[in-house]
Amino acid sequence: MSATASRDPDILVDIRDVHFSRGDRSILKGINVPIRRGSVTAIMGGSGCGKTTLLNLIGGRIKPNRGQVLVDGQSVPDLDTDALYELRKRMAMLFQSGALFTDLSVFENVAFPIREHTKLPESILRTVVLMKLETVGLRGARELMPSELSGGMARRVALARAIVLEPTLIMYDEPFTGLDPISKGVIAKLIRSLNENLGITSIVVSHDVAETCQISDYAYLMGDGRIIGEGTPAEVQQSKSEFVRQFMDGLPDGPVPYQHPSSPYVDDLTGRSP
Amino acid sequence: MNARLTLATDVLRNLGAVVLNTLERLGRAALFLVEMLSGVPVVLRRFILIAQQLYAVGVLTLLIILVSGMFVGMVLSLQGYNTLVKFGAEESLGLMVALSLVRELGPVVTALLFAGRAGSALTAEIGLMKATEQLAGMEMMAVNPITRVLVPRFLAGVVALPLLAALFSAVGVLGGHVVGVGMLDVDAGSFWSQMQTNVDFQTDILNGVIKSVVFGIVCSWIAVFEGYDAVPTSEGVARATNRTVVYSSLSVLALDFILTALTLGDI
Repeated sequence: MSATASRDPDILVDIRDVHFSRGDRSILKGINVPIRRGSVTAIMGGSGCGKTTLLNLIGGRIKPNRGQVLVDGQSVPDLDTDALYELRKRMAMLFQSGALFTDLSVFENVAFPIREHTKLPESILRTVVLMKLETVGLRGARELMPSELSGGMARRVALARAIVLEPTLIMYDEPFTGLDPISKGVIAKLIRSLNENLGITSIVVSHDVAETCQISDYAYLMGDGRIIGEGTPAEVQQSKSEFVRQFMDGLPDGPVPYQHPSSPYVDDLTGRSP
Repeated sequence: MNARLTLATDVLRNLGAVVLNTLERLGRAALFLVEMLSGVPVVLRRFILIAQQLYAVGVLTLLIILVSGMFVGMVLSLQGYNTLVKFGAEESLGLMVALSLVRELGPVVTALLFAGRAGSALTAEIGLMKATEQLAGMEMMAVNPITRVLVPRFLAGVVALPLLAALFSAVGVLGGHVVGVGMLDVDAGSFWSQMQTNVDFQTDILNGVIKSVVFGIVCSWIAVFEGYDAVPTSEGVARATNRTVVYSSLSVLALDFILTALTLGDI
């Protein structure tokens, strides 16, 4: 942990010159992402540009090939299992699918981290769980099973479960994907209010430009494994960069090509290409 | 000539790839077993986790085991009677039924049925938990999925299989009695007394129990590993489930031969 000396105490998560590849495919090509304590930071980019990989690096589920991942001054790839699990108690991740345990009710899903990590008496546990369910507006759904929930409700339950141990950092993986406009609005409001009321640092990985810009303090734009733009949401939206423009305006073709790399079309159809 | 050479090298290369792949998976499975075993002490202190799985793996498998045991016992009795009666030895029917069940059929058939009913369910459940990010979610909540999800299921399988095998044998003997004494008029007294005098605790019953414990470990290990190692897609889980049944069945039959050879000591 040699690189922790010159750390800015305001930075909770620091990603420095991180490279990551899977087999021959290079996914992250040297990115720097500092994330300020208490902020909502958006990481936007097209599908498959390495956003989720970034979250997995922060959570210690994978290790970078090169570069540093620091969370609260600790170098995540160098932690042993016990230290990593200790750190994870202070961070939460909201998966795209919600990842609720299908054999447990809503109440038990939210109670799960408390039961695993603490010895709270049942009455206090009940209070805590009901408070968290009230925060996400689903106190009345406590008896339901995950299969009986809509997509938006499932994500709210997962959010209640993520905040039940009061983490310092929450990572949201595509929180808006596959939701109707009302549910999107609810989730966006929740992310913002949790950040403001509990002071939780939030990282929102998403390709929903409008919702994400609305709630974030700072935004990074990723493309092809690199950071191609950053700034406050207003700055990013004003950017003149071709890359940023293509993404923000949703243009089908541009610096990110519409076509997957291929041989010339005519050669392919006439069978002349190898 | 050249084409033949290419064919030969292709065959050799593919063979090599298969062997390397198999060795790699075996190594992974072995490391996985070590990791699970190191988590056993933690799980033993939370017995409720094992009890829940004992219900899913054991109690829910009970019906198929009891019905199969009954029929296997009845068939054994019928077949055995037809052979024994030629030598005027039908009084030994009870002994024959009991020995076949306790030494061989009880552990083996139970393990095969267990792999088909409980093993495949375990693999599918764990594979789907992986595919739906439940295991990843657990990891991110600082809960080790190996000790929380896999070890209880493994231990439940190890405990359940010998118990199921014992019930299989017991019900099989009753089935043999129904056919032998009830339908074929074998003397009830000799049916039971021959069994009582000649079934030895150590060489017969204990060896059967050892077999079923080994099968329990192997079947549960394969089922849990295949689920955990499954490719997290629908196709991946389907293949993993398939592999669980095939590998478990083959391992059980091969191990049965080895264990029988070791315990009888005639080879």
